[in-house]
Amino acid sequence: MLEFVDFAGVEGLLRPEERMVYDTVHAFVKDRVKPNIAADFEAGVFPLHLVSEMGELGFLGPTLKEYGGAGLSDVAYGLINQELERGDSGLRSFASVQSSLVIYPIYAFGSGEQKARFLPKLIRGEIVGCFGLTEPDFGSNPGGMRTRAVKSGDKWLLNGSKMWITNGSIADVAVVWAATNDGIRGFLVEKGMKGFSAPEIRHKMSLRASVTSELIFEDVEVPDENCLPGALGLKFPLMCLTQARYGIGWGALGAAMDCYETAVSYAKSRIQFNVPIARFQLVQAKLAKMLTEITKAQLLALQVGRLKDEGHAKHYQISMLKMNNVGVALDIAREARDILGANGISLEYPVFRHMCNLESVKTYEGTEDIHRLVLGQYITGIPAFEPGKVQG
Amino acid sequence: MNFLVFVKQVPDTETKIQIAGDGKSIAEDGVNFIVSPYDEMAIEEALLRKEALGGEITVVTMGPNRAEAALRTALAMGCDKAVHLEDEAFQGADSYATAKALAAVVKKYSPDLVFFGKQGVGTDNTQVGQMVAEMAGLGHIGMCVKLEIDGDKIRGEREIEGGRETIEVALPAVVVAQKGLNEPRYPALRGIMQAKRKPIEKLTPGDLGLSADEVGAAGSKTEYASLELPPAREAGKKLEVEPEVAAKEIVAFLKNEAKAL
Repeated sequence: MLEFVDFAGVEGLLRPEERMVYDTVHAFVKDRVKPNIAADFEAGVFPLHLVSEMGELGFLGPTLKEYGGAGLSDVAYGLINQELERGDSGLRSFASVQSSLVIYPIYAFGSGEQKARFLPKLIRGEIVGCFGLTEPDFGSNPGGMRTRAVKSGDKWLLNGSKMWITNGSIADVAVVWAATNDGIRGFLVEKGMKGFSAPEIRHKMSLRASVTSELIFEDVEVPDENCLPGALGLKFPLMCLTQARYGIGWGALGAAMDCYETAVSYAKSRIQFNVPIARFQLVQAKLAKMLTEITKAQLLALQVGRLKDEGHAKHYQISMLKMNNVGVALDIAREARDILGANGISLEYPVFRHMCNLESVKTYEGTEDIHRLVLGQYITGIPAFEPGKVQG
Repeated sequence: MNFLVFVKQVPDTETKIQIAGDGKSIAEDGVNFIVSPYDEMAIEEALLRKEALGGEITVVTMGPNRAEAALRTALAMGCDKAVHLEDEAFQGADSYATAKALAAVVKKYSPDLVFFGKQGVGTDNTQVGQMVAEMAGLGHIGMCVKLEIDGDKIRGEREIEGGRETIEVALPAVVVAQKGLNEPRYPALRGIMQAKRKPIEKLTPGDLGLSADEVGAAGSKTEYASLELPPAREAGKKLEVEPEVAAKEIVAFLKNEAKAL
């Protein structure tokens, strides 16, 4: 395992097959992603051709043992995310959505028919999925959603809209959450269904190498066989988010490592006052802080991963992982930008791109503040994000 | 058709090499070991041939316990089973002693087609494949950049100075892979999990009908006298002037100081 920032000897805590997974994804990102990613980011283009390659190599839905999944550990899934995000947060976002927000809910809450129909193709990267929960007016408070589905005969009539949906415009199937008379349900809305459109959101300064869209539903008729039978209530989309947040906690580490390594190599080769700037104490202090934070974040990710492998990870542990590791990665990206001076703002180096991307990663899948409140509730027993309500 | 692929585990080509205390070997601490890149091409060629013709691929390595990781990589790429020549007696082998042990493997398994990479990156002797062919009494195609299998014979193109020559050999035969033969695949993650269940057979010199003094350092014809790192590169010179002036200064430097013009 080369280029693995590993101060604490994490490599020794990985299983042999997890190291091989790291090596494969690392090599893939180095050969297939890195050479073009800055140009893709600048052009605002998602490298769609990589989807089938990632599926072929088993990067999508990798923890599943059925339907063509590789049957990997949660730690291996984390390492995949880390290495994809070493390339770009946009690519990791694609994979997070496909694996944790589309494959996972269909596998966990879907019917046998739905699984057989969608999972093999999603895992192979032959089709793309997206996940619609957030709405223009409901981000941190998804329970207030306005999108509604009304049952009529053997169909559901879907109306409303979803916002900031990764993969939306390229998705063949959307896992859409809508309020019904019984509570929130999940629907598999397919590309081409009448009244369903997914315009792309343009003019983003972040996640430019990723597709972000709005989903619009105008009297979309969704057959009852496309309703997820095993999900009723807000708890179910939140279970999906817990899966995705776990992967993001690892993914942010990849971006942080790329920034740290770029800063180290730049500091050692950039000459000012006739010496490399790495010779200066202020620069060394920054690098020492970066390495320390990466190391702590790695150990947190690995431990939460092992708990998840044993089926014991709690959602608040995953909240801490996502909150801490993304926050640390963003700080590291900013410090790395500073060490690179003016060169730091150029797309010739990855740090500014990572920094812009991480601003989104900080906000999506539960903002940093919401995760703080999840921990606040864990500590005090009082849910602060439900104003006026005190646990009695 | 049954295939045998020989691979060697070598330090990653990006590793910074340090010489060990004995002055004759490299320090392994902190070194990342990989399958030699030419051997990956040998594996890939065997996989392509198996996909077209069917059969079974056995991947073989000689090396210490850590070399098992190279076999797992080959199994993850799609090889069917593995053989590991792992015994203290095998240690310290030069090309001759290595070829002697590997030729015994070829005789034991009687494959139809044997693949080698052209060299193990690091020691770069570039002779084991050809020596094994000779010792096992098989024809070979060295530096192979293109291969066709035609019934009971193979035809391959071999790189030579300024061109290529086409060679035909009757099976069983040895093919030595050169860059250009193919693009090795990444081991798919499904393959990595499947590789865990594939068998690795461990062999000692005795299993190959060889005595301990025919293999390893004892059976070698050469030995390392010493290793030295190349001299450290001196710092470059940077010209921070207008391009026209810089061009003149570089020409003057090449003429007067480097004496290259």
